[in-house]
Formats: sequence, C-alpha cells, structure tokens
Amino acid sequence: MQLTVNGTDHSLEGLEPDMPLLWALRDILGLTGVKYGCGIAQCGACTVHIDGVATRSCQVAVGDVWGPVTTIEGLGTPEALHPVQAAWITHQVAQCGYCQSGQIMQAASLLSESPNPTDTEIDDAMSGNLCRCGTYPRIREAVKTAARNLRGI
Amino acid sequence: MGRVKTIARRTFLIGSAAIAGGVAFGVWRYKTPYANPLLSDLPEGAAALTPYVLITSDAITLITPRADKGQGAISVQAALIAEELDVDLDQIKTDPGPPSPAYYNTALAGDAVPFRATDDSWLAQTTRSLADAPMKFLGMQITGGSTTVPDGFDKLRHAGAVARETLKATAARLHTLSATDLRTERGAVILPDGTRLSYQSLAAEAANTDAVTDVTLRAPSDWRLLGQPMQRIDIVAKSTGTQDYGIDVTRPDMAHAALRLNPAIGGARLSHDPTPALAMRGVIKVVALPDGVAVIADNTWRAMRAVAAIPVEWGPAQIPPEMDTHWQTLSDSFTPDRQDSQFRDAGDVETALSDGTDLTVEYRAPYLAHAPLEPLNATVLYTPDRVDIWTGTQVPRFVQNNVAKLTDLTPDAIHVHALMIGGSFGHRLEDEVTRHATRIAMELPGRPVKLTYSRKEDMTHDFPRQIALARGRGRVANGQVAAYDLGIAMPSVLSSQMGRQSIPAPGPDLQIVAGAWDQPFDIPHYRVTGYRTPELAPISSWRSVGASSNGFFHDSLLDELIHAAGADPLAERLRLCNHTPSRKVLEAVGEMSNWGSPLAPNQGRGVAFCLSFGVPCAQVVEVTNTDNGLRLDHVYVAADVGRILDPINFEGLVKGGVIFGLGHAIHAEITYAGGAAEQSNFDTFQSLRLYQCPEITVRGLENGTRIKGIGEPPVPPAAPALANAIFAATGRRLREMPFDKFVTFI
Repeated sequence: MQLTVNGTDHSLEGLEPDMPLLWALRDILGLTGVKYGCGIAQCGACTVHIDGVATRSCQVAVGDVWGPVTTIEGLGTPEALHPVQAAWITHQVAQCGYCQSGQIMQAASLLSESPNPTDTEIDDAMSGNLCRCGTYPRIREAVKTAARNLRGI
Repeated sequence: MGRVKTIARRTFLIGSAAIAGGVAFGVWRYKTPYANPLLSDLPEGAAALTPYVLITSDAITLITPRADKGQGAISVQAALIAEELDVDLDQIKTDPGPPSPAYYNTALAGDAVPFRATDDSWLAQTTRSLADAPMKFLGMQITGGSTTVPDGFDKLRHAGAVARETLKATAARLHTLSATDLRTERGAVILPDGTRLSYQSLAAEAANTDAVTDVTLRAPSDWRLLGQPMQRIDIVAKSTGTQDYGIDVTRPDMAHAALRLNPAIGGARLSHDPTPALAMRGVIKVVALPDGVAVIADNTWRAMRAVAAIPVEWGPAQIPPEMDTHWQTLSDSFTPDRQDSQFRDAGDVETALSDGTDLTVEYRAPYLAHAPLEPLNATVLYTPDRVDIWTGTQVPRFVQNNVAKLTDLTPDAIHVHALMIGGSFGHRLEDEVTRHATRIAMELPGRPVKLTYSRKEDMTHDFPRQIALARGRGRVANGQVAAYDLGIAMPSVLSSQMGRQSIPAPGPDLQIVAGAWDQPFDIPHYRVTGYRTPELAPISSWRSVGASSNGFFHDSLLDELIHAAGADPLAERLRLCNHTPSRKVLEAVGEMSNWGSPLAPNQGRGVAFCLSFGVPCAQVVEVTNTDNGLRLDHVYVAADVGRILDPINFEGLVKGGVIFGLGHAIHAEITYAGGAAEQSNFDTFQSLRLYQCPEITVRGLENGTRIKGIGEPPVPPAAPALANAIFAATGRRLREMPFDKFVTFI
C-alpha cells in the first residue's frame, strides 16, 4: 500500500487497508496536526486534502485513498506560512485551537475552488467544521482576509 | 518532535534527579507558607527567583501553573510576570511547573461566601479573605471559576517585580553600584554606563543574593504589555498544526489504550470475555476495570476496534434510569427540609403575593455535556517506584493524590506533566481519565500507555451540567415590577464534584442560586430560594456552573414580569438596577443596539443581564422569524471585568461565550434512558454551527472595582436574551431549554 503525504511517498505494507486514514496519519506516520474529534464526520477536526480537496480523514479507509494527501503540516509551517494560516494568525482565531487544523484545511480547499467566496459560500463550506470555543466570527474574517491575500489585493 | 523536546526540557528544569548540585537561590519569602517547588532540583547555575521565574544560563522561563484550555491562560500569566520583570514575550519560555501547593488559587474561595460580588463592605471583604485560608491550607491548585486573572493579577506581577529587583541587587553587588542607579529592559540589567547584563548572565550570582521582596507594583499607566493588544504565545502553533496537546503525546515504546465503560451510569462490570479481543491484531492486553474494560494495543485504532469486540455483562445503573424520575425529584424538592439557602429576601414577599400573583411559571434546564473537541486522554508510565503522567488537567494536585492512592506510592513519586488542553468547559476539573489510565498502565509496568477516549465514551460518561428546575411568581403594580419570588431546585454541583475527591463541602452550595440571588436589583419584595435535591446523575462544573441555568431562570422571570407590567424591558431593568457598573453595561447594549428603534417585520429584540463571577454582562439579541425558522441576526454584548488585560483575547472570549450559551440553549441536552446517556456524539448533541452564528458586537467596560475573569460571564445572559427576543418576535415564551424542542431555527 502506497501513500503520498505532504509530497513524501510512504509504503504502508501490512497495514490493514480498512484503518481510517486519520489513524494512519496520526499513529503510523506521526502527523499529529490531524486531529481526532468525533470519528463520524460530524466535527471536521480530521480534515485533510486528498487531491487538493477537503476530506474527512476519519471516513476514508487508508486502502481507499485516491490521491496525494496534504495535512496541516504540509500546507505550511511556522517558518513558511500558507496565506490561510497567516490570516488565522492575523485574526488570532484560535482559542483552544484543537479544531483549527481542520478549519484551516477546509478554508484552504474552499479558496482554491472559489477564490472570492460570498458570505453564503463561506457559511456553506465551513459549517461542517465544529468549533466548541465559538471562534466562528474570526473564522469568517480570516477566510476573507486569506482570500484577499491569495488574490494579491 | 516538539513535544519530546518540551518534556525533556521540563524534566531538566525541575524534575530530574539526575542533575545534582543545583544552586538554590535565596529564600522564597513572599507571602506563602509553601516552599518554592523550583528549588528542589535546580540545575547548576540556575536561579529560581520565585516559584514563577526560573533563570538559567540560556533561558528565562516563566511558570504558568493555571491550565490553558483555550482561554489564553498561559499568555496572560506570562504577560503579568513579564510586565514587571521587564522581558518581552518573544524572549521567554513558559512552563506549567510541577503540581505544588505553592500554586494554590487565592481567588476561588471568594465566590463561595454569601456576599454579593457587588458588595465592597468591610465585612464582605474580610469574609472573602478569610475564605482564602482553607484554600491555602489545602494547597488547592485549581484552574476554574474565571479566576486565573483575579488570582494572578497581583501575585504574578509581584513575582516579576521580586525577580527584577533581585537581579538588580545582584548586578549592583557585582559592580559596586547602587541598585537605584540601575534599570532593566528586555531581559537585561542596564548599568549607568549603558552596559547590558543579561538576566541569564546574572543567574548564577543571583544565587548568592537574598530576594528583594519589598517591591512596589507599577501603575497601569506605566504598563508596556498589559492593557494593549497582544499576540497570544500559542497562536502560531495553533495555526500550523504544531501545537501539541495531551492527545498528541508520543513516548519511546508507547502503547495505546482504549476503554469501554458500562453505558449505565455508575453500573459495574459483572463479567467479560477477553478472548475475541486477544485474538485481534496488535492487541497486547485486555484490562478489566471496575466499571468497564480496556484494551492495550500497538495503535489507537486497533485498541478501539478490539475493545468494541469484548462481550461484557453490565450491572444496572446507579442513577434513576429514566428522565421522568429526574424531573420528578426536582419537582418534589421545593420543600422546607430541602431548602439550601435564602440569601436574598427583601421586603415581604409572602404578604406581597398574598392577594395572588400576576405570574406563576416554571423553567427547566437540562443536563449538558462539556464535550470539548479534544477527547479525554492521558499517557501514563507506571513503574513500582515512580509514575509519570502526561495530560491536560485543571487539578494537577488531585491527579497526583489520586494516582498516589491507586498505586500505593507517595504523592511526590507521581510526576504530572501538564499539557495544552483542547477545550474543557469544566471537564478537566475531573480526573477520571488519569485514574483509568493509571489502572490500565499498571498492567504494563515500565511502558508508557496512552489512553484515548472515544467521543462516545467521553460524552456518555461525562459529568454533565446540572439539571435544574425553577418556579417563579410575582406581582406588578403601577407599570413596575413590585414582587419577585424565584425558587431553584438542583442537585449540588459542589457536593458531587468534591465528593469524587473525598473533600467535604459543608454549608449551603451557593452555586444552586448563583446568577440569581446575587443580582444587582432593588425590587421592593424580592426573594431567591435554593433547594438542594437528592443526588441524581453525577454532575460537574460546566462553563459558568450554577449561573448557566440560573441566569436563564432569573432574567426570564424578570422579563416576564416587566412585560406583565407593560414596562420597557431595558428601562425597567435600569430603573431596578442598584449597581453602577451593571447599569453601565445595560446602558451600553441599549446604545449599541439602538434599543427602541424600529425593527423589520417579524424581527424581535430581547435584552438580558446576568452578573456572574463578579462580572456584569448585558446582551441584546435580535432574531427574525423567517418562513424557514428563527434566524439569529445580531448580538450586542457589554461586560465589565474591571480592567481588560488583552482586548483581543477579551473580545474573542466574549464572542465565544455568547456562541456557547446560544448554541446549547437552542440545541443541546443530555438525557438518560435505561440509565445510559442517549447522546453519544455531535450528531445528537449539537451546538451552534458557523452558518447559524449571528454578528456579535462587543464592548468591554472598566468601571468595576476589582479585576475579574471573562471566561464564563458571557454565557449566562445569552439564553434569556434569546428567549426574550423570540418572545418579542413571535409572542411565544420559551421556558425550557433546549429551545429547538419547541420552535424551529434556521
């Protein structure tokens, strides 16, 4: 079983193909920026990109992964921030921060599909990502700032 | 990985017995009966100037003992120390420190004495300070009750000042100068000739200097950091997936565990068959728990899958199995022998209501799960003479003591490494996760075991917010509220919570009436009575505790009476209000919302107020009754914490508190059937989603006489403000949460 994660190829021979991608990323590959929150696609904390599209990694069996995987660690780093991460820092979105990896991956996926999203598009795209601390107002602001930065405005 | 480095660092700084011959600096004399815990194993050349400041040859480390569960506790504690120490936040490291009685909470007891937060009388202040004594005696190192700022405001600034002045005294001695000729700046003592001596370079010599404890705190007008917008220390890590939480711990040779507890609350495990699980891939061990089973495996998923495969015979629940009994117990508790308190009894309510009432109503608040997004977890390395625990906790000393009992070791053999917490809302005031993790790890001595709760186990075995029932009646006269009588029945949160720690909680439980008895209103005949019901489901502190239900009860009854009187909801609250900072927050939301201005068709506006944890908070909610259901349009909120230390974090916590209050009031409840919780995940236990989130406008005021915390106070007014707005928009009065049982929301 081959898996490409953040540009690196991994051979996961012998791993059960029905293990959720979430646990393969966290426990096997050590990518703990991907978070476990609910296990049933209700919270979005485990969101990663597969082929550039936001996907709940708790719902994808590792044997079924259909393209390269990007996690929050592959999106950007403290030294080389992705524009969405930079906007999250500008607006100081995070409180406990536990959902924010998923929020950021979801927002990055939205902006790659819709560089100038309407308020409704933001609401639709981001409402599957639960934040128990209630950072939604800043998430909205940060998505808009990131959109402007990505468009070079 | 960052985590390993951090842990190694902590061990090096304060835990390790391998580093001998540390230099014990000075004497810790500042207002504490406890030894400075940092002095026990200091590395060579290090100085622990106070229990909060540790300076080594290469680093300045500020100790932040209050747990950070998202409220920014680490940042604000560091900023309080740094303000006086003259260091900037980019120069320092932080460390939660070891569990120690020296870090007892000086502010928690103030809310437990029967004086209103608005009472600044000599008697009230004296009693509050006396209540501090048992906290000190018990060495209660607890994060909770929105106390991190009021507890640390003077204490941490003092610690910074003591360290700064001691470093100056050291430099003065070394260079034969007077300390008064020296100044400090960005982590260095500056000599008159401009020479900069870094604090790190002075650390070893500081060991030979007595601490300078006679210090004067700087006036707020001289502050560099506090009161200004700050960037939280954790914000970059939390935006890049590099913040490590307890659930992310990795240790060499670590095994992973999952558990399954008796779904029936309090019920025992009668028998189980480990065979199917033992045959599954990766399984190392099946562990029998008194109330459940656990599996240790080589990764989390294999452990979770295997624990699900174990056939178990469960004993019956130890709580009433059905909700009807819970509600009936509350309903039956409005009796003299169940009366717990009646600290508010103005005028003569009985006489005032003897001719009948204008209103007789009943309100209900359900059980609620804490459900922070990081499920419970703990990593435990058990050996026969030492236990190491990596976890996020608000009660590190409880963890230490309870694990000591379980392992038959002394508390000083239990090493708690406190980690960042992915939300709590009160759940991490409990320590069931470390008890279970320890029982499991004891079955695999010498090997670290990380226990991760499934969401289902986390939610169904939570100690929820109290269930509560209130009965209200009143009279109006001449367009005014004339008599107000509120009785509240609930089980005691304090008894339930402290009972699990074997700590007695004598006397009335003020949380039964918090957010109701202590409101700053003068109503001619005004009574609030608390009734303590028998224990039902085990419950715990949930963000704003008693006020989370009582804020809804108290303000809803007030609003109903104001409407019965035909008065304006804001004007009548202002007329009745007897506390200036409280009146100012009401006036602020009136101004912000342009109260009284025309609304769109089907739109409604409601105001509510609650003073909790010493913080007056007023909210105006605007809703529209659309064809598809109620839409939350806007919330205006004003709160007064006396002094705002970081306006950015303040605004975020206020908005978050409002959303937390609204989301649960609309959607959430935990119910029991057959003694088991019926909601096990976020599909059935719902809160606000982003698309539902209203615009929220925040104003912070600073008229209060004492500094207070903002984590909890925005929660209680949200539910009544929403209910009052729905009444204004629809004419329908909601008296029971969650509201979506009765009306539809977008």
